Amino acid sequence: MNDLSLAIAPHRIGAMVLRYWYLLLSSWPRLLELMYWPTLQIITWGFLQTYIASNAGFFARAGGTLIGAVILWDILFRGQLGFSISFLEEMWARNIGNLMMSPLTPIEFLLALMTMSLVRLAIGIIPMTLIAVWFFDFNFYSLGLPLVAFFCNLIFTSWAVGIFVSGLVLRNGLGAESIVWTLMFALMPLTCVYYPVQVLPHWLQLIAWSLPPTYVFEGMRALLTDHVFRSDLMLTALGLNAALLLASFAAFIALLRSARRAGSLLSSGE
Amino acid sequence: MSRLTKIYKTATAVDGISFAMSRGSITGLLGGNGAGKTTTIAMIMGLVQPTSGTVEVLGHKMPDEAAAVLGRMNFESPYVDMPMRLTVRQNLTIFGRLYAVDHLKERIAELAAQLDLTDFIDRASGKLSAGQKTRVALAKALINDPELLLLDEPTASLDPDTADWVRGHLERYRARRGATILLASHNMLEVERLCDRVIIMKRGRIEDDDSPAGIMARYNRSTLEDVFLDVARGRDREAAQ
Repeated sequence: MNDLSLAIAPHRIGAMVLRYWYLLLSSWPRLLELMYWPTLQIITWGFLQTYIASNAGFFARAGGTLIGAVILWDILFRGQLGFSISFLEEMWARNIGNLMMSPLTPIEFLLALMTMSLVRLAIGIIPMTLIAVWFFDFNFYSLGLPLVAFFCNLIFTSWAVGIFVSGLVLRNGLGAESIVWTLMFALMPLTCVYYPVQVLPHWLQLIAWSLPPTYVFEGMRALLTDHVFRSDLMLTALGLNAALLLASFAAFIALLRSARRAGSLLSSGE
Repeated sequence: MSRLTKIYKTATAVDGISFAMSRGSITGLLGGNGAGKTTTIAMIMGLVQPTSGTVEVLGHKMPDEAAAVLGRMNFESPYVDMPMRLTVRQNLTIFGRLYAVDHLKERIAELAAQLDLTDFIDRASGKLSAGQKTRVALAKALINDPELLLLDEPTASLDPDTADWVRGHLERYRARRGATILLASHNMLEVERLCDRVIIMKRGRIEDDDSPAGIMARYNRSTLEDVFLDVARGRDREAAQ
């Protein structure tokens, strides 16, 4: 791998996507697992929303904010997991050395992981949204064009986090694997998935507004409760995501170089 | 490579070694465990960053000009595996595409025939025997018809018959392709048979560097195994003579 090469060869990205596609198809339990947790999530939170809506005036007016938040959170969380699990597959298979010594560049590797994150996300999220329609009369796709803005911003954040944690695992080995599964949860209370930013103390609000997903969840609530699309929030989120993606790529390259110095690409275990 | 050094924290794995390999040659890298062979190969591959010194591969400086050479070289090492859940054919297809191999299906069929993979080419790589895995790893290393082939213990865990067969294949490959091969091995018979030149490493330094016959003559030994034992046990050339 030539670390800083920005040359992109579609055939190499295609080769990596094909590898992950073969992997997905080789294990039906893993395929099923992609749908299992999102399905459980939507059913649990959907019934909770139904119960609250029948007992609270605000939620009756703001129908779908809870279910909408659950689906958007899953896009963020599973987008990152979809990215990171494909990367972990290489670590588990001790295949990183083969890739690092091939003509594959880091940018191509990351683009392949992004593609697979979309594939894995689609497998998990599409059934989830259909259940929301059938069981809870909430059509996620009726959000229309704003949904595209929500989705893009969340997926960009998920990739930025995915790139960063993959770099950490590359540098520190599988001993750092738990970060992959838990880091996104640290963002959950700060990005105000289920409540408005005003709920937070002032100093935490400053941190919350530095995170792109906060703008998406606020934007979703504005759309569902006030029927207003806040394009200003989406544009700010997009700017923050651009900075976050650049920073995560720089961190990945720095961690990759550090791994080369430490010799950890040769021993990718714990 | 010139004055190549690798220091991990306080441990010196490779200590200022310099050597060049002529094109089309097979060079054996010998040494006990911890002698620095794997680190040396890893630095040539670009997997490990040298602390100091330079590596030039096929006329290009590594790692700065890696993009120009990575497609022209390949390797096999016990430190990496082929993905277990994919079949042999799937794995070779993916690596073939990464290396932009032309007529990939034909190339895989050719390698399968040469390396006797046909019977298990559609079996998951994780379900193969150690010998079969080694042959598959060799097929991956040869998929792009490399000009430079780096092999770390290519016949470890193979039965004598299969190991002999792999050595024969490497000899034929070198003769056909004119490839340059660097081979780290603990198997002295293998090195004697395959290598034009032997570099003996000890504690990260080059202890000796000559043809197998030249080294054996210098140590007054009839086999490389005896030379290896002399070096490992600290018996120098003068004492051996």
